This record gives sequence, structure tokens and C-alpha cells, in this order.
Amino acid sequence: MRERARDVLKRLALCAGVSAALAVTTAGAMAQSSLPAPGPTVEAIKKRGELICGVDAGIPGFAFQDSAGKWKGFDVAYCRAIAAAVLGDPEKVKYVGLTAKVRFTVLQAGEIDVLIRDSTLTFSRDVQLGLTEVAINFYAGQGFMVRKSLGVKEASELNGATLCMVTGATLELNIADYARAKGVTINSLLFEKTEEAFAAAEAGRCDGYTDDTGSLAAARSTMKVPDDWVILSTVISKEPLGIHVRDGDERWRDVTFWVDAALKEAEESGVTKANADDLKTTSKNPFVMRLLGSEGDFGKLLGLDPEWALRAIKADGNYAEIYDAYFGPKALGLPRALNNLWTNGGLHYPLPFR
Amino acid sequence: MTERLRSWIHANLFSSRLNGFLTLVMLALLALTLPPLLRWAFLDAVYAGADRSVCGAGACWAFIDARFDQFFYGRYAPSERWRINLAALVLALFAAGAMWPRNPRRTECVILLVTLCPLIAGVLLVGGVFGLKLVPTDQWGGLTLNVVLTYATTAIALPLGVLLALGRRSRLPVVRWLSIGFIEIWRGVPLLTVLFMATVMLPMFLPDGLTLDRLVRAILGLSLFVAAYMAEVVRAGLQGISKGQYEAAAGLGLGYWRAHRLIILPQAFRLIVPGIVNTVIDLFKDTTLVSIIGLFDILGIVGQSTKDPAWLGLGREGYVFAAFVFFVCCFSLSLYSQSLERKIARSGGH
Amino acid sequence: MKDSSTGLWPMKNAHALLWQGVLLLATGLLALWFGGNAAEHLARRGMSLDFGFLGQTAGFDIPFHILPFASTDTYLKALGIAFLNTVLVAVLGILAASALGLTLGIMRLSANWLVRNTAGVIVEVVRNTPQLLQIVFWYVGVLQVLPQARQSLSLADTVFLNIRGLFVPAPLASPATLPLLAALVLALVAVPLIRHRLPDARGRTRWLWLVPPALLAALIATLDGWSVPKLQGFNFSGGITLPPELVALWAGLTLYTAAFIAEIVRASIAGVGKGQTEAARSLGLKPWLTLRLVVLPQALRVMIPQVTSQYLNLIKSSSLGAAIAYPEIVQIFAGTVLNQSGRAIEVMVIVMLVFLAVNLAASAALERVNAATALKER
Repeated sequence: MRERARDVLKRLALCAGVSAALAVTTAGAMAQSSLPAPGPTVEAIKKRGELICGVDAGIPGFAFQDSAGKWKGFDVAYCRAIAAAVLGDPEKVKYVGLTAKVRFTVLQAGEIDVLIRDSTLTFSRDVQLGLTEVAINFYAGQGFMVRKSLGVKEASELNGATLCMVTGATLELNIADYARAKGVTINSLLFEKTEEAFAAAEAGRCDGYTDDTGSLAAARSTMKVPDDWVILSTVISKEPLGIHVRDGDERWRDVTFWVDAALKEAEESGVTKANADDLKTTSKNPFVMRLLGSEGDFGKLLGLDPEWALRAIKADGNYAEIYDAYFGPKALGLPRALNNLWTNGGLHYPLPFR
Repeated sequence: MTERLRSWIHANLFSSRLNGFLTLVMLALLALTLPPLLRWAFLDAVYAGADRSVCGAGACWAFIDARFDQFFYGRYAPSERWRINLAALVLALFAAGAMWPRNPRRTECVILLVTLCPLIAGVLLVGGVFGLKLVPTDQWGGLTLNVVLTYATTAIALPLGVLLALGRRSRLPVVRWLSIGFIEIWRGVPLLTVLFMATVMLPMFLPDGLTLDRLVRAILGLSLFVAAYMAEVVRAGLQGISKGQYEAAAGLGLGYWRAHRLIILPQAFRLIVPGIVNTVIDLFKDTTLVSIIGLFDILGIVGQSTKDPAWLGLGREGYVFAAFVFFVCCFSLSLYSQSLERKIARSGGH
Repeated sequence: MKDSSTGLWPMKNAHALLWQGVLLLATGLLALWFGGNAAEHLARRGMSLDFGFLGQTAGFDIPFHILPFASTDTYLKALGIAFLNTVLVAVLGILAASALGLTLGIMRLSANWLVRNTAGVIVEVVRNTPQLLQIVFWYVGVLQVLPQARQSLSLADTVFLNIRGLFVPAPLASPATLPLLAALVLALVAVPLIRHRLPDARGRTRWLWLVPPALLAALIATLDGWSVPKLQGFNFSGGITLPPELVALWAGLTLYTAAFIAEIVRASIAGVGKGQTEAARSLGLKPWLTLRLVVLPQALRVMIPQVTSQYLNLIKSSSLGAAIAYPEIVQIFAGTVLNQSGRAIEVMVIVMLVFLAVNLAASAALERVNAATALKER
């Protein structure tokens, strides 16, 4: 009997010990709340000799590995451009493939320098997660892909349906909001990885698959018989996908912001991968001259050298070239629509290089 | 001959009315399940082909054939794969030396297995020295990754487990309570959460600039977790040592550490080798969990290959193949551990 | 438990204190170092540790829940719902694994060669392959090849099986259901207790065992009918739905644990020894009574601690449901909630504490059972 009493005591003590250990850690975490100086991410990248870029673990279009293991994709091209701007070599990137679920935690934890992973910019990610939303590189919306045989034309007909999707995104929140607004029931089945969600949709576990419109085109292309599937015209949300960095390093935020602007400005001014070197010496357009570093000291102001944007453009071309390589008619065939420059009726509007 | 067969059948299958009935039920069940299974796995199976158009009603082993190298080596550059083979060979040689009971230099083999071998294997796999090309760990994958994780984790967890076991039996309350706390915390939480903490959140608890490789973090997480289980195995062994041994060791004037190193632990280890092997088997199986947190071990590679447009939707073949590989490894290890157990029982144990 | 033999190496009190102080200090410093680093990271992003987020609106739906849950509920409620899903699959798994494990274990001891070896093959195959692999296999390899909703396999048009899950009729409660259910549970607890307390009257109280079945019959008879699943729109409605994620996880957990339990059962029964069995036989006990009165009580004492640790493993392994989209605590709370709220440290602390608490509570409860069986032996 005394044995048992002692055992109970042991257990209590153990609980107390665990709580105490946690309390010590928590107290330690709370004690040091004074704000340290912002970490100079650019310095760290230069010292390390490579950019650590968080990308999608594998989805055609945005980021995927080819059969030789080389990373490719729209977001990957952005990583390459940043590496070229900062380090002078687009190859000096270490890619970390991330699932939707862990991406922000990994960025918060400091393992990656920048997250370019078809991630939606939202209020709570900016304010609540302690992240900075740098720029939008792809305008998308949440859409639906269903089996043709179901005969569904619009999302509002999906009452009672089950949809497969990847967890950790804005997807499940949008679906819940949409269902509430329309007064319908839509069951969401949340998967850890894209391929699992694809497989389940393919097998018929769900009536359809939902994702942002960019990924939907990719999803359809990887189905066994892509023609069995139809992408509904309904788009239920705004999904501005873009670049995230951690709060607390303004300089780094500036670098990534202006690399994005440089790629778009290059398209607007007609600078391409092929003609960038020539234009640097021949162009008389002051915006192009400032962009390519033949005039002004924009590079120095960013803490980089004058040719930072030139190299970024030469990595994989300007915005249009990058888009066409992965979403153009020869690739996934997704019309540019909102992703046109403002001059062509789209939303991309690079801030002026002035 | 037929007479013996008949008597065997009578004794083993139809010894009583109940037994006869059970035999018939069993035969009926097997007749229902085995033929379709065999037809799927062998008769209707396709063994070679370039893509899934060759696949029919049966298993499509052509998929395994096409992806065989990836399942074993992951994305490790094909021109460098001889390094994995060589490391595996070195490992196998020393492991065989350590397991072979009549090897006169067995102790040396065991010591080299946990000191020199990891060094050789590490240099071979990572490269970057002696003219070997550097292969970053994010290209490691497949069964290689499972083996690397198991081996490295065992090498860290076993010594740590011994210390924890000694700590749990210590007379000093602080040592004892810290050991108990450590062991029970790790034994109380799922491995998945430990791996998540180690691979995703650990950088948050380290200062800036101190970055550990993803694989190293996974190994650390696994090691702490497994050390807690190792500690319990070792503790069971220590409890099997009679008090007389301790008294004799003390009587010889040996100190605490020397007594344990020379007298107590060698005896305890003889008793707990089967337990350790079983823990290693569990660890080997559990390394598949890293596929959930985004490392491409054999299970992760199989999952990813099923997304390959050329081989879409052949998950079943991939998983059956992975299961077969694990079965061969784990079953042979567990046969070894069982034979050791029997030997300990024969020699009187404790 | 405490090792008295370490008293052989006496340590001066001052030394002992010193060493323990150093160890405690080192541990504390390590904890502080980790905490400090985390605080620095948090502070740079303008955040601090705060469990207040639990009160925020979840905003997402959980596809499978026992109690009602809506996207307007809080994260705290999501935690509770996800925890219930964990408990559900753990309880189902423990029940099924015990039954299957006992069966397989006894089959392995059978005198029948075919029975013995079939069970042996099953147990060895299951024990020597990874559990995660098995769960994924059940989900991807087996359940995803089931037919679509319209081509469901059906049993007498009341039970349906398709890729969307297993659909079974649900009993509809009437006013009499709840009291009868309570009475049934009470009877199941009380009957063995009464018979235990009155050992002299064992023969005369045997009829008490008729009470629970009678109550069960009454319960079924007074039901308000059954809700039978019917194909409607995209899917079946009515009845109870067991989603394939639950079934796959249940199957995976059950089979794996059962194989280990079978091995424990076999070893402990074999460990009782032939002498005991022969002695009981020579006393004229029938085989069934020999097993029940002589072998099992002894084997049980060896079995219970080992089986307990298998149960605890099963509870922890239920977290593997995250790999196949079963909405348990790791998938929902350490997944979706962590991601939406960005509170990684807080969420993981809560999840680990929940598992620790469940583990300690379960092992304490099962130890009680252990103590009770040990007591009976005297």
C-alpha cells in the first residue's frame, strides 16, 4: 500500500517537475523582451555564401525538382534573381522545400532567409505572425477543380460535397467563409502534402480539389486524365501570392522588395535577359539607366553594388520571361489576366526607380 | 513416407474435432485470400516497361524497376553512388565482425563500429575532402537515409541511454529526478511531435548564425527520443546484476565509474543486447516518420514517385516494395536478437 | 526500485551537494539559454509568449467531429474536438487490438499447425514493417480503391461501403434510451462487483448475469427506429459515417498493436509452464477451466505491464493520423491552428502536455488494474 502511495507521489512530483521545467523556459523567454538590433540578413547571406530560400515542396509551375534534382519554377526564378542581386550568382541558392503547414514556422524560426512559396499575403500573417509581406509576385484566387462527370458548373452547386485540399493555407478558411455566406455545407478534407491531396481527389475520396488558380492549373496537369477534370469559373477569394520575410530587418525587406520591382520594371521598359547587357551601355531612358546601374547609386543605397538589378534580370529574365517559362502557353497555359503589367490592364505596378 | 505424412496430418491438423474444424475454416479463408493475392503479385504482374501504359490488372513491378535506384539512394548524384555502396560495405563488414560470436576480436569490432565506422561513412557520404565531391544532405534520400538515421541515432542514443539509466539509479536526488524527468517526458510524447520540434522549431531556440543541418536536427531529435527508451532497456539490465557483483567490485577498491565500466556494465550488456537490438529495430521502422516532416526517406520517395506523371497512382506497388525491404531487414535482425536471447537463457542468464 | 548498492560508494555530503548543484545549474543555464534565444527571436518580430490566442475564432471547419463544431468556434474548442477524435481512435484501437491480439496470441499456441503458422506469419509481417507504412498502405492501397458513392458495396441495403467511408445505420434515441443505457452500464459494473463481494453465494447469484442482456434487449426494443444511410446528392446521408481516414488509422493502429500483444500473450502463457497445466489436468480440471483458473491468472500478471506499454504506444501513434488527413490533435491543433495563429511554441507546449497528461493518467489507471490483479493472486 505504501508502495502505491509513493508511486502516486512520484507521479505528482514528476508532473510538478515537468511544469517547473516549462515554467523556467517560459520565464526565460519572457524575461528578455528588450528589442535587439535588427539582424543584418544580407551580411549573413554574404558570409554564408548562399541564399536560403523557402519554396514549395513540389508543385508544377511554382517550384519543383526535375528528374536530375534541379529546382525549377516561378518562385525558384525569384530566389535566383535575389541570389544574383545579393551574391552575384543565381546558382548560390539553397532551396528548402516546405509544406504549407510548416512554412511560416520555418520562416519564423530563422532557418530560411526568405519565403517565396505561393503564399497569400494576409492581415494576420503580417500582423499576428510577426512577418513582413514584401511584395506580390502572382495574383491568384481560390478556385475549384471537379470531375467533369459530376456536371457541376459553379461552386454554389457544391452543397454537401467534400473537397480535398492542402492544410495550412488560407484555403480551409475561405471555404468555411464561403459556405457560411452561401448557407451551404462543404466538407473540407485537409492533407499535409500536395501529392496526397491530389491522390485522394484522383481516387474519388473527394468530389473536387480546391487551391489557388495558379496551383489548380498545375494540379490538373498532373491528373491521370487531365481532360476528366474541369476548373470552375467561380473564384471565391483574393489570393495575392508573394514574398514573406521576418519582421525586424528593414534593409533585407528593401532588397527583396526592389528585386521584385526591378523584374517588373524591366518588363515595362523592355529590358530582357538577352538585351540587358547592351541596354546598360546604350539605353538613354533614365529609368533603365538607374535600373541597370549606369546612372545613380541605387545599388549602394541598398547596400549592394550598382549592377544588382542587372544580374537579377539576367538570372532568368524579366517578369514576363519568368511567367512565360512556367505559366505561359508552352507551359501550363494560364492566361496572364491580372498578372499583366498595369500598362496591359493587369495589376503589377512596379514602384518607380527614382 | 505416405504413412508418416498421414500421421503428421493427423497429429497437426486433425487431432480433435475442434482442430479439424479449425483447419477447414483456415483453409477456406486462405483459399479466399491467397489466390487473388498471388495472382496480383505474380501471375498478372508486369515486370518491365517504360511507363504506366504497360501496367495491367496485376501489380506493376515495372514501376519499382524504373525507380529502384531512387528508392535506395534518393537524389544522391548517380556518379557518386559508389560512395554509399562502399560505406555500406564497410559498415556491413564491421557489423558482421561484431555480431559473429566466435570472432576473437569482437570487442575491437564493436568499438570500431561506433568510432571509426561513422567517421569513414561520414567522410564518404558528405565528401568535400580527399577530392570527393561535396554532396549536400538535402540530396540524401531513400533507404540510405533510413539507414543513416538509424545508425547515427543509435551511436548517440546508446551512450546517452547508459548515462540516463545510471542516473535513474543514482543515490543523488537531483541526478535521479533529472534522469527520470528526461526519460518520462520523451517517453510520454509522440515521436512525430519530437521530430517536428527538432526540424522545424529548433532554430528558434538557437542563436542567430548557429544553423544546424536539417538532417542533423532530425538525428538529434531521434537520439533524445530513443535515448529515453535505451535508458529503460539498460536499466532492466542493471537490475539483473546481483548485489554481490556490486559488493565485490567495491570490495576490490574500484571506484563508481571504474566498477561500472569494468564489472557491472559488461555483464549488464550481455543481458541487454537483445533489448538493444529490438530498440534499434523499432528505431529503424520509426525513421519513416521523417517523411511526414519533409525528408525524403524511402517512404517519402515512394510517395513522391507516385506523383510522377509516367507512373501515376502506383502507390500500392511502392508501399508493398518498401514494406518488403523493411521486413527483410527487421526480420533478420529480430531472428538474431531471438537467438541471442535463447543463448542467454541457456547460459543461465542471471 | 532505488538501487541500494550505490551506497557502496559513499560520497561526502559536501561533494554530493556540489555535484548536484553543478548539474542543476547547468540544466538551468541550458534552459535559460534556449529560452533567451527564443525570446530574442520573438522580440525581434514584436511577439511574446501568450496563450490568449486560444480564445480567437478558428475560422475553419473540422471534417469529422463527434460534438458539434462550427468555423465560428474558438481555437480552444478546436483543441477539444481534435482531442476527442484522438481519444475516439485510441479507444477503438485499444478495444480492437486487445481482442485481435488475444486471438492471434492464442492461435499461435494452438496445437493446429495451420492455425499456429498462419497467425505466426501475420504477426511477424506486421511486427517487422513500419507502422506509418501500414497506415498509409491501408489508406492509399486499400481504401482508395473502393468504389465511388454510386457503386457502393452494400449489405442488405443498410450498411454501405465506398471510398467515402463506411455508412452504418444509427439508432434513434427515444426518451427511454438514456435511462436504459445508464442502467446497462451500471449493471455491467455492479454484477461482477456483487458476485465478488458475495463469494459464498456464487452459485446462487449466477442469474445476475442475465440482467445486462435483458437491459440491452429492452434498450434496442424501445429505440425510436433506425436512421438508415441513403444516397443523396454527392453522398450518403443519415446513419453514422466512419470516414476512411478513421477506418485506415484504426486498422493500422489495431493490427500493429495486436501483433505485439499477440507476442506478449504467447510468451506469457508459454511462460506459465507445462507443469502447472499438467497438475491442473491431473486434478480433473477441464482444459477450458485450466486455462481460465490456472494459466490465465498467472499469465495475466506478466502480461498487464507489457500490454499497458503497448496501449500507451498506441495512444502516441494515433498522431500518425496526421499523415492521412485524420483530424486528430496533431493534424488539427499542431497543424492547422499552429499555422493560422503562428503560435508555434505555445501550440507545441500544449500538445506535448496533453500527451504527457494522457500518458501519465493512462499508466496510473492501468497500474491500478495491475495492482488489483496482483492482489487477487494472494
